[in-house]
Amino acid sequence: MSTLYSIALEVNGLPVSGQVKARTHLIDFLRETLQLTGSHLGCEHGVCGACTIRMDGMAVRGCLTLAVQANGASIETIEGLTESGVIADLQQVFLTRNALQCGFCTPGMLVTCAELLDQNATPTRDEIRAAISGNYCRCTGYHAIVDAVETVAHDRQLKRAAS
Amino acid sequence: MKAPDFDYVRVPTLAAAFKQLDSGDDVQLLAGGQSLLASLNLRLSQPQKLIDIAHIKGLAGITQGKGLIKIGALTRHCDIETSLLIREKLPLLSMAAPHIAHPAIRNRGTFGGSLALADPAAEWPACCVALNATVVAASRRGERRIAAAEFFQGLYTTALESDEIITSVEIPAPAKGAVAGFSELARRHGDYALVGLAAQGTLLKGRWNALNLVFFGVGDRPILAQAAAQKLMDGEGVKAAQDCIDAALNFSGDDVCSAETRLHLARVLLGRVLGTIKSNTA
Repeated sequence: MSTLYSIALEVNGLPVSGQVKARTHLIDFLRETLQLTGSHLGCEHGVCGACTIRMDGMAVRGCLTLAVQANGASIETIEGLTESGVIADLQQVFLTRNALQCGFCTPGMLVTCAELLDQNATPTRDEIRAAISGNYCRCTGYHAIVDAVETVAHDRQLKRAAS
Repeated sequence: MKAPDFDYVRVPTLAAAFKQLDSGDDVQLLAGGQSLLASLNLRLSQPQKLIDIAHIKGLAGITQGKGLIKIGALTRHCDIETSLLIREKLPLLSMAAPHIAHPAIRNRGTFGGSLALADPAAEWPACCVALNATVVAASRRGERRIAAAEFFQGLYTTALESDEIITSVEIPAPAKGAVAGFSELARRHGDYALVGLAAQGTLLKGRWNALNLVFFGVGDRPILAQAAAQKLMDGEGVKAAQDCIDAALNFSGDDVCSAETRLHLARVLLGRVLGTIKSNTA
C-alpha cells in the first residue's frame, strides 16, 4: 500500500506525467498537483457535479475517477475549454443571462451543458433540465441556466443557418 | 471524503484478471467505477486492491447473434442509450437508460458493473429479468450461463462466484408483437427510484403473452409481479392486474417511503406503463 504509480496523460493538450497513489482522485491530481483549480470539488461521491471534466472527449466526474485510471487518457478541464474558445459563446451567455452567481458549480455546469449541446443542437427546456439534473446549483434556481442553454442553442442555430 | 488506501493493477486480459482474483488478497474488480468509487469515498468498502478490467479487449460492444443480442460487460450506459440496434430490437433498454443517474455517470458506468453490483434500485437488473436475459460469467474453470431471474439473489448479492467475471449478457431477440414499457418514480431525475417498473411481453390483437412485469427499488432485488402479469394474459383489465400488486410481493419500506406507499405507487406505475404501451400500439 501507499505505492506510487507512474501515470502519463494529456491535460488540455499538453503531455503530463506524475507519480500518484492509487487512491488519488483525478480531480485532486488536477487541482493539487497540476494547480488547475478551475474545476471544483464538492460532495466527493458523484452527486453534485462540481468536479465534472472531460476525459477522452466525454464529461466525467473527477471524484469518481482515479488518477491511475486516467493513465493514457486525454483530459480537458475548464481552463483548457476556456483557452480553446470552444465554449466561449456558452460562457458569455451564462454571464449575460445571470446563469451564475457564486460560480462554484459553473465549471462543471459548463462541461455538462457543452456536451448536451454537442449531442442535441435543439434541446427542449425539459431536456436541458434532465441533462443538468446531476449538477447542483444553490444560487440560481436553475431557471437562468436553462435560459442560457436555450439561448446558446438558438444562437448557434441562427449562426449555422447564416453560414 | 477521500477513498481509503489501496493498491491498483490494470489487467490487459481476462487471464491476468483471473490470476489477480486468485491472489488471495481482498480484491475488488473495477470497471467504470461509478458505484465503487462512491462507496470507497464514503468508506463503505475497503478492499486491499482494485483490479482495473476496463482495458480488457473484447468485453465492450453490442452485437447481434443468432436469435439474440449480446451486450459486452464493459459496454457503457451511454453506448446502450445511443445504440440504434438497441433502439430497434430492445427498446426497453433505450427507455431505461436515461433514468440511470446523470450523463457524466452514464459516460463511465458499465452494463456488467451494474449487474455485478446488484443494487436493488438499479435499472439494468430489472430490465435483464424482464427480457429473460442470460448473464455469461467466465472464470479459469470456464464459462457458465445464468438466467437473470436466478442471478439476482438479494441485496447486492448475485450468483457470481468470487473467481468469476461477467463477460457479457445475452438477450433473446424480440418475438413478433414484442412491446416494452418502462417508468420510474424518483424525487429528482437520476435519483434512485422509489418505485420502478420494467415491462416486456408480446401484445397481438389485444392479447398479452409472455408478459414480465418487474418492479425495482421496492425490495432486495428485482421483483416479478407474476399474478398481475397473469391477469393481463388471462385477458382481464388493468384494474384486475393492479389489484394483484399486494402484500404478497413483499415490498419493503424505508425512511423515505413505506411499503404501503410503494405498493400504491407500483399500482399507479403499472397503470401508466400499460397506458403508454396501449397508446403506442394503437
